[in-house]
Amino acid sequence: MTDKFEIVDLHARIEERELLKGLTLTVRKGEVHAIMGPNGSGKSTLANAIMGNPKYTVTQGQILLKGEDILPLSTDERARKGLFLAFQYPCEVPGVRTANFLKLACNARAGKELDTMEFYDKLQQKMKVLDIEEKFVRRYLNEGFSGGEKKRNEILQMLMLEPEFAVLDETDSGLDIDALRIVCEGVNKLRGPDIGILIITHYERMLRYITPDYVHILLEGRIVKSGGPELAAHLEQYGYDWITKDK
Amino acid sequence: MSAPTSTELPIGREYKEGFHDDLKVVKSVPKGLSHDVVDYMCDVKGEPDWMRQFRHRSLDLFMKQGLPAWLPGLRDEFNYDEFTYYVSPVDKPARRWEDVPAEIRRTYDKLGIAKEEQKLLGGLGAQIDSEMAYHNIQESLAKKGIVFLSCDEGLKQYPDIFRAHFAKCIPPEDNKFAALNSAFWSGGSFVYIPKGVKCDVPLSVYFRINAEQFGQFERTLIICEDDSFCHYVEGCSAPIYTTNSLHAAVVEIYVKERARCRYTTIQNWSTDVYNLVTKRSFISAKGVMEWVDGNLGSKRTVKYPSCYMIGEGAHGEVLSLASADKGMWQDAGAKLVFLAPNCSGRINSKSISGHGGRSSYRGLVQVAKNATGCRAQVNCDALILDPQSRSDTYPTMEIDGDLATVEHEATVSSVSDEQLFYLTSRGIKEEDATSMIVNGFIEPIVKELPMEFAVEINRLIGLQMEGSVG
Repeated sequence: MTDKFEIVDLHARIEERELLKGLTLTVRKGEVHAIMGPNGSGKSTLANAIMGNPKYTVTQGQILLKGEDILPLSTDERARKGLFLAFQYPCEVPGVRTANFLKLACNARAGKELDTMEFYDKLQQKMKVLDIEEKFVRRYLNEGFSGGEKKRNEILQMLMLEPEFAVLDETDSGLDIDALRIVCEGVNKLRGPDIGILIITHYERMLRYITPDYVHILLEGRIVKSGGPELAAHLEQYGYDWITKDK
Repeated sequence: MSAPTSTELPIGREYKEGFHDDLKVVKSVPKGLSHDVVDYMCDVKGEPDWMRQFRHRSLDLFMKQGLPAWLPGLRDEFNYDEFTYYVSPVDKPARRWEDVPAEIRRTYDKLGIAKEEQKLLGGLGAQIDSEMAYHNIQESLAKKGIVFLSCDEGLKQYPDIFRAHFAKCIPPEDNKFAALNSAFWSGGSFVYIPKGVKCDVPLSVYFRINAEQFGQFERTLIICEDDSFCHYVEGCSAPIYTTNSLHAAVVEIYVKERARCRYTTIQNWSTDVYNLVTKRSFISAKGVMEWVDGNLGSKRTVKYPSCYMIGEGAHGEVLSLASADKGMWQDAGAKLVFLAPNCSGRINSKSISGHGGRSSYRGLVQVAKNATGCRAQVNCDALILDPQSRSDTYPTMEIDGDLATVEHEATVSSVSDEQLFYLTSRGIKEEDATSMIVNGFIEPIVKELPMEFAVEINRLIGLQMEGSVG
């Protein structure tokens, strides 16, 4: 019970449009799930609803983190309980140095002031994993970052915050092949019995580097098919039309 | 490196300096402005005749002069006769902190102007109401010939230098508040940096209003001779009463050839204070003037630090930071006036408005006909925190000179929902996230503030100084 992240019959809308129409999914620690779906299938809505973006309204269903209903919790409370979202479009925060932001975020996650030296040792170690230059974290948060740098920064934050459950929203978009490989290696480093990972993606290419345990196909706000990694390969070959026809 | 662990908003903070102390008044005058008050002040200060005449003439000018047409409000907001124009709880400025009356020392202790902090400074002045309670300079700096006195002492001890510069940069005719200051000026600093001398540690002055319904009119005169350098820092605060007070300072700075002067202000008046200040510098050939102007308090601020480039290749720069919280209207900005060829100037203004506060950027870039090849760059950014708050921009450009490059950029933004969602998704509480965004917005100016004042500035403006990694 305690090592599960459960989404039960989730309905969510942005403004008047219902985009999730009864999605149910369970991710256990140690597992990597991939949710694949075409544009407009509800992928981003799922990511935003999980993290509690106030622009999205959950109208029905539950999200349980280790048995606790997190829907009443604010975004920051969810994060402090060990939930993480790697953004599809990380936003820029001018004037806030990446390292300072990371320190504050890590303090918040730890619930205490971390030792500065230990924090920097860890930061440097994680930066090495992601092939990130020293000066990167001195720059203002995401300001003027290339698409690849922004995504690397998301994974750096994930490695630093060590979440229990992480959602990666289209992390592969905007990445060239080298950056994709590095980012995926970073995710693989974190993969293990202490974390459950949910990868949301349009394409199969990220899954060539991170082999998921389960693949789910999202269509019109519901999971219409689940299977193993072979499902992703099949999808790549035949496209989403195959599912629609099958239905 | 030190990372901030929590940040405090310059908006919506508690005003910790709002207390007042019952200080024994040594000298004062009846309420209201009159030529009798001018005579009393000249008598107690023992001033020469030319100054007496200057003050009387200035009062006449003040009576005659109207408010500038472009200035909104202020006409019926207060009556000049409700203020007291001279109040002093001290007899004369002490040279040793121990000689400052104990009750005034207690006031400064409460404000955190602790003895330890003075050690980081080249000199410290502390004005309370009309007079300086304390004014001293480090021995090593005095030996270099650097003069750092109250303005009144400057007049007494250096009458020739004083008279050659006083009111030459800002004459009483300039504007109504300059005339008011010229009539009733008291306190402020007189700084003289001899040729080639670098004053490598800041000179600092703290202005405190303690009296109620009072007018503080400090006057500061800074002269940086050729190839010299100095950094002057001022801070201020006042009690919260139910009545208004008036603060109308005049600051005149002369930056001679190849000299550099930096003037930093952390204005933290209570929301009882009308802060109507004229600040101007004359910059000679290849001189550099930098104003760092932080306006974080007051009911109303009207202040546009100005750089008059009078010598070829002069450079003037104004970093302006205004934070308008509930009950405040910051009418701040800057002026760059190019009167010689090949000069450059830059204005970087950032304002934050929250809780119904209002900020206005008012700026002037003026290039005279003979001032060819000049460059001016103006950036002004406004951050509005809620729909009740307001921000306006009034840029004026008057370009007569040839080959002038003038750039102007202005942005208005709010704390975006996307930024808040992003930061809170990392476990940072919403109020801390807002604070991060605001502090990030003003970071380009805050990083210009002197690090040695970190403690004091943090306390004053509720900002966390950000260090660098490594």
